[in-house]
Amino acid sequence: MNRVFVALLVAAVAVGLVRDALPGGLAEQVFGPSNEPALRALTQKSLDAAADAAKLALGLTGVLALWMGVMRVAEQAGLVALLARALRPVLVRLFPEVPADHPAMGAIVMNMSANLLGLGNAATPLGLEAMKHLQELNPRKDTASNAMVLFLALNTTHITLIPARTIALRLENGASDATNIVLPTILATACGMTVAFVAARLLQRRFPLEPLAAPPVDGGGAT
Amino acid sequence: MSAFRTFADAVSGGAIPVIIALVALVGALRGVKVYEVFVEGAKEGFEVAVRIIPYLVAVLVAVGLVRSAGLLDLLSRALAPVLGAVGVPAETLPMMLVRPLSGSGADGVMVELMKAHGADSMAATTAAVMSGAADTTFYILAVYFGSVGIKRIRHGLWAGLIGDLAGLLTAAWFTKALLF
Repeated sequence: MNRVFVALLVAAVAVGLVRDALPGGLAEQVFGPSNEPALRALTQKSLDAAADAAKLALGLTGVLALWMGVMRVAEQAGLVALLARALRPVLVRLFPEVPADHPAMGAIVMNMSANLLGLGNAATPLGLEAMKHLQELNPRKDTASNAMVLFLALNTTHITLIPARTIALRLENGASDATNIVLPTILATACGMTVAFVAARLLQRRFPLEPLAAPPVDGGGAT
Repeated sequence: MSAFRTFADAVSGGAIPVIIALVALVGALRGVKVYEVFVEGAKEGFEVAVRIIPYLVAVLVAVGLVRSAGLLDLLSRALAPVLGAVGVPAETLPMMLVRPLSGSGADGVMVELMKAHGADSMAATTAAVMSGAADTTFYILAVYFGSVGIKRIRHGLWAGLIGDLAGLLTAAWFTKALLF
């Protein structure tokens, strides 16, 4: 992530500098019209984005609290384990590193179900609950485990049965059949999810985990 | 389709309160102290929200700068000829570039295409399918990994983006095959 972060920042500012350095006509030809210097826009954007990020996180607080509370009740009532047991054959194949009866499995199932039903605001808290349980199994606390990367990849490509927001936008803009996108969307997300799964599995060998630090040797005093 | 639509509306409109009430009821029947347990779990929500702030700031500032600098316009001009060759309408390129970076940005591109080419056009329909076929990978990565303090993401970003690319390309192909 270090490299990605630096590359994004440097590339953005470099493009901004070039854009301002080019004569007006040429800049417009390459980048399209713009009504203010690129660097000034970047200045404003960096401050706005930082403020938005904090607002977004704090805005999540209520929903996170709600779903983490519900999740805890469902866990103690045995509902999560029940759901996880039903899907155990699939889960064990997807996440071989996670013990079949670990609470992470239940949270993963809940997250995927919420994604499938298009309940985005429930899916994130449940996904974070799953991350928490996956972190319990992770020996390197600052490094993503294979299971975490796979879970993330499946979340960024999850299948949605009803893309509700898109359908609403299409209706608003006068589509004659606003829901005709449902089938291609399901098929495309299924392909995306499959590819993400394979990519996560293949890439994990190219990003090997560092060996754990050797346990401290006992004793070792003066001999 | 209309029966499906009714089902869909019912799920997205009413599922959440029903699930919450069911969980509470089953919990109570099984002897769980529902209120105490709920509050205890909910306490974590606040901690998580605060914990993800630094990660979100880093990612959203970087992504915001890239979008605002016009880097995507530049890329979409450079890549347009490539897209035609793989059977994807060139107008949807901004969508493909924005989708992993920003959800509201993707909505904006979709509406722009509907206004410019009509909601039933191939470009706008393809963009709509693309919007559902991928997700805001950068944001999800910041939130999910940030919530447990993961700093070394290994192949996390690549796996997510490769999945996005596959979803976006197949979105264009399925749209063309099934709807046009």
